[in-house]
Amino acid sequence: MPRWAMVIDLDKCTGCQACVIACKAENNIPFVSPEQAAMGRTISWMEVIPIVEGEYPRVRVRYIPRPCMQCDNPPCTKVCPVYATFKNEEGLVAQIYPRCIGCRYCTAACPYTVKYFNWYAPQWPEEMRACLNPDVSTRPKGVVEKCTFCHHRLQKAKEKARAEQRELREGDYVPACVQSCPAGAMFFGDLDDPMSTVAQLARSARAFRLLDDLGTEPKVIYLIEGEWYGPRKRA
Amino acid sequence: MDREREHNEADAKLFAPMLETGRPFYLTVGVLLALVLWGIYAWLTQYRWGLGVTGLNRPVYWGFYITNFVFFIGISHAGTLVSAILRLCQAEWRRSITRSAEVITVLVLFFGVANILADLGRPDRVLNVIKHGQFHSPLLWDVTSVATYLTASSIYLYLPLIPDLALLRDKLQMLQSEGRLTSLFMRFRRRLYAWLALGWTGTERQQRRLNRAISVMAVLVIPIAVSVHTVVSWVFAMTIQPMWHSTIFGPYFVTGAIFSGIAALILAMAIIRRVYHLEEYLKPIHFNHLGVLLLVMTLLWLYFTFAEHLTSYYGAEPAHMRVFWTKVTGRYAPEFWAMVVCCFIIPFSLLSRRRTRTITGTVIASVAVIIGMWLERFTIVVPTLVNPRLPYERGLYSPTWVEVAITVGCFAMFILLYVVFTKLFPIISIWEVREGRERALQEAAERIKTYLPGEEVEEVGIGVLS
Repeated sequence: MPRWAMVIDLDKCTGCQACVIACKAENNIPFVSPEQAAMGRTISWMEVIPIVEGEYPRVRVRYIPRPCMQCDNPPCTKVCPVYATFKNEEGLVAQIYPRCIGCRYCTAACPYTVKYFNWYAPQWPEEMRACLNPDVSTRPKGVVEKCTFCHHRLQKAKEKARAEQRELREGDYVPACVQSCPAGAMFFGDLDDPMSTVAQLARSARAFRLLDDLGTEPKVIYLIEGEWYGPRKRA
Repeated sequence: MDREREHNEADAKLFAPMLETGRPFYLTVGVLLALVLWGIYAWLTQYRWGLGVTGLNRPVYWGFYITNFVFFIGISHAGTLVSAILRLCQAEWRRSITRSAEVITVLVLFFGVANILADLGRPDRVLNVIKHGQFHSPLLWDVTSVATYLTASSIYLYLPLIPDLALLRDKLQMLQSEGRLTSLFMRFRRRLYAWLALGWTGTERQQRRLNRAISVMAVLVIPIAVSVHTVVSWVFAMTIQPMWHSTIFGPYFVTGAIFSGIAALILAMAIIRRVYHLEEYLKPIHFNHLGVLLLVMTLLWLYFTFAEHLTSYYGAEPAHMRVFWTKVTGRYAPEFWAMVVCCFIIPFSLLSRRRTRTITGTVIASVAVIIGMWLERFTIVVPTLVNPRLPYERGLYSPTWVEVAITVGCFAMFILLYVVFTKLFPIISIWEVREGRERALQEAAERIKTYLPGEEVEEVGIGVLS
């Protein structure tokens, strides 16, 4: 079974947020009003975190695109009382929306804070309703959701490969964020295949994972900015 | 029969609340009911629109409700645990306070559960916890231990109530035969007491069996009570979040629970004493003894709080320090220091001196402790969530009227049920007070003889352990 992983090259990332928008369109993420956004009710499965380092006049800003880490050892699935979040056979951390009781234990337990809650019933402007992706279910109010590595795309890619009577090839399955990255900073593939792009990049000396020392074994791997950027701490 | 009449005359005050009802009662019920309705309205609003009507957000996913949950489950330790320990130690002064303690336990547990229900995004799916229950989740441990505790403490409340129910049955029977039982409600109550009393006549054999059952429950209920609050703390401690992931949370929470529980008991006793004129039954000595217990818990609480915070501070891990400073000097400093004042400075200064360990003194200390312990739960839940590990925008949390109304509604409903209980059942265990009056003096004297050196005295089995 492949181990799906994402590599994000921070040297190439321009912080343009195309991945954020692609994700919202692909996954039927509901809109929130500016007032709600100010309260911290925005849902954004992919988020670009700005990290400001230093003080004026020597200020430097880094951008870290942050999807769900799809941990191999996820702290969130352990605490779910109803098996509404779990690591599926593909190694992805999945959510069962119709089963979730909305206790928000997983959201509180996730050290990366990647899980989002539907505070109200989801809403879209009328014009946007026609643009909803039929491959992704919309979520009711009161349940938790998060990045799935566009799991529905994996289903489709598998079906297609089966129809063409062949194995799944690299590039058949790519999440929307990776596909949309204009800088080519994001890569996706099977970490267990030593020849895959992600496996090769993951072996780079620049590779690191967020909060690596927590032992969550995230499957999102970052490549730190190059040396021209000056010495700094890894996030 | 003469002895019976003597007792009845002496204990007339214990029967009075159940037989006479005046305007203050209806006024109290009215006010409480209004607050309960406000809470219900708030909950309906939340049910209709979703948790968006609260002040919760990302990353502060938990707020008032989880704080209330931990707080109410904590208060529930008053009763059963304190009463069980006092019974097992054969503390004679327990006789007039055990009932009021046990009732707190049973009633307040419902509000712990109610707050979890209020916190759920999908309360309609709560049965998934049984249908799809996952035992690797600490929440399932909670469900299990709270349900066990509710069952055990209900039985533990009911058993010592049986002889009193028989007394009430006989009393109403007598009134009826005198033709003084006119209202339909009173007749219904007579039948209810008769049914609940299970044919108790107070024979030697019944007495022996009851004592046996009570002592078995008293022993059983102690580990259950300890497990309940330990498991509540594990909801937090099992995660790897800064200042939640702590090995001392189990004992720390149990200590806090007993601490706030005793405070609630003292407050309840003081009110009962005042309202029902039970000065003869709830004497300053009771408050003094409970005050000493509260003092011990104050010191234990300080010890745990100090140990917990010093360990974080000395270790100085950045993620922990962010939470630490948020509590000590940051946004939640007012709550944190109010907690220290309420949980330590006020109770310690009042309770450590015999001169201020009066009824008034212990009541003031208890009110402070109750407020302080609520704040403690709050400053454990929120500051950790406000400081996620990754550098997101920091959350802000301030509750809305919905959370305040549901919280107030829970308190009001608890008090209301407690008041109703005192009108239907004796809030002081009548038979145990009588037993004390008749036998305890001699038994205690004989027991003390067995402690002393010198002549060999035959072991006398006394009290619940016999």
